[in-house]
Amino acid sequence: MRKVCRYSFYDIIRSKWLVSYTAFFFILSVALFWLTPDFSKVMVSIMNIILVLVPLVATMFGIMYFYNAREFTELLLSQPLRRRDIFLGQYLAVAGSLSCAFLFGVGIPFVFFGIFKSPVIFDFASILLIGIMLSFIFSAISFLIALRNENKIKGFGIAIFVWLFFAIIYDGLFILLLSFFSDYPLENVALAGIIGNPIDLSRILILLKLDISVLLGYTGAVFHKALGASAGILIAFSILLAWIVVPVWRIVKVSSTRDY
Amino acid sequence: MNPRLQITELHKSFGKLKVLDRFDLDLDQPGITAILGPNGSGKTTLIKSILGMVLPDQGEIRVMGEDIKGKHFYREHIDYLPQIARFPENLHVHEVIEMVKNLRKKPAQDAEMISFFELEDQLEKKLGQLSGGTRQKINLVLACMFDSPIMILDEPTAGLDPVAVLKLKQLLNREKAKGKLILITTHIMSFVEEMSDRLVFLLNGKVLVNETLPDLKSTYGEKSVEQIIADLMQGIPPDTNDQPSINGHKKDIDQNSYTTSESLKK
Repeated sequence: MRKVCRYSFYDIIRSKWLVSYTAFFFILSVALFWLTPDFSKVMVSIMNIILVLVPLVATMFGIMYFYNAREFTELLLSQPLRRRDIFLGQYLAVAGSLSCAFLFGVGIPFVFFGIFKSPVIFDFASILLIGIMLSFIFSAISFLIALRNENKIKGFGIAIFVWLFFAIIYDGLFILLLSFFSDYPLENVALAGIIGNPIDLSRILILLKLDISVLLGYTGAVFHKALGASAGILIAFSILLAWIVVPVWRIVKVSSTRDY
Repeated sequence: MNPRLQITELHKSFGKLKVLDRFDLDLDQPGITAILGPNGSGKTTLIKSILGMVLPDQGEIRVMGEDIKGKHFYREHIDYLPQIARFPENLHVHEVIEMVKNLRKKPAQDAEMISFFELEDQLEKKLGQLSGGTRQKINLVLACMFDSPIMILDEPTAGLDPVAVLKLKQLLNREKAKGKLILITTHIMSFVEEMSDRLVFLLNGKVLVNETLPDLKSTYGEKSVEQIIADLMQGIPPDTNDQPSINGHKKDIDQNSYTTSESLKK
């Protein structure tokens, strides 16, 4: 697995896509610091972009890589390697390289503008951690979609829909549901709803960490009230981990039974 | 002693499409065996099943005597040349060679193969910058740098210039002399005629012919391989009426829904 991961990683970090992705976050962070030197404000602004863009790029890049590497994957499959090692190696390379791009793109400007001397360094670290986790979650989902759909057009279509669903549609449906049943106690439904969307969960995790209750919204407030800040953070973090572990486990299962 | 490649009662369907149907094939004879057949006859599925890329519904494949189901180490014994030579575009040529070398823990003759295909100047280039022919040469280096007892080459001449084809033929003759079992699929019949020792013809997921080239030619009255293959695909029997059907499969040809002489007349 390590060998497959290493060489796939070398391939991806040299791609123009990844360089552009790093450059985007770098320029964005510098631009935000240029507008305001306040770390907390920059973090909130960047958080909103991370929550939309990181899942989108991870989904699209993951599926694009998987389909593009089809012949290379066949070459690997003809070698004395376990299927699990091939697909996990490629997945870790994609998720790892996207995480590195994000880490350097956002991290370098913050370091340059003095995050190490700031009291909000741990809040910033949690934003970085969320960005990395979202990269791992949505790369895994995209790999799973590509593994299940040999037809590229269909695969891309499903991937875009999945991103759209989690980033936009889910919230809309959720608000509709809450407003329709506003006469009923919906705390538990709201809690379950948050668990079902890693982007919402990430938003709440960051806001709990930053302690910005005004931005938490209804679901975040329920989360905060039900679990408290510390337990809420811990539980949200564990569920996000499950959002990585379950798709990865499915990648291993699906890849071991399909034909290439 | 077990044959190097033993396939018994292999079934594989994709949905309703039956691609391999009670497929039996034993191969052990050193030399080049051409696996031929019309599109959809099961050639690719057969090769991919041997390599473990396609998982059969039923049946057994043994490579060097070992049942390959759920195994992966057996692929140490097989050198495979995929049909399409596409590699990670941003890797350098030397990196992809190192990678494949690292994946197998056995000695490789990479330097010799690189020099044989005159690729020394290409090693520092990115794979995305190479022409189709050069990529195919890299593909050949990767497939032929290990000294494995079985070689499977899928369309090995694709994209190669005449000089490279000559080199490929030299290489294949050299590997053949080592006693290797070499399976080739190709649509270039002159290549089959010149290089093959044995011909396996598949039709509708079954082996229709498994004969040495001289035997086949004697059955078909010294026709060219191209003509013999065309006859087989059209279900035309050998010239002489009293000739026995090949491997007793004549009935299969007649029953076949694939382009029979009768359907051609229509």
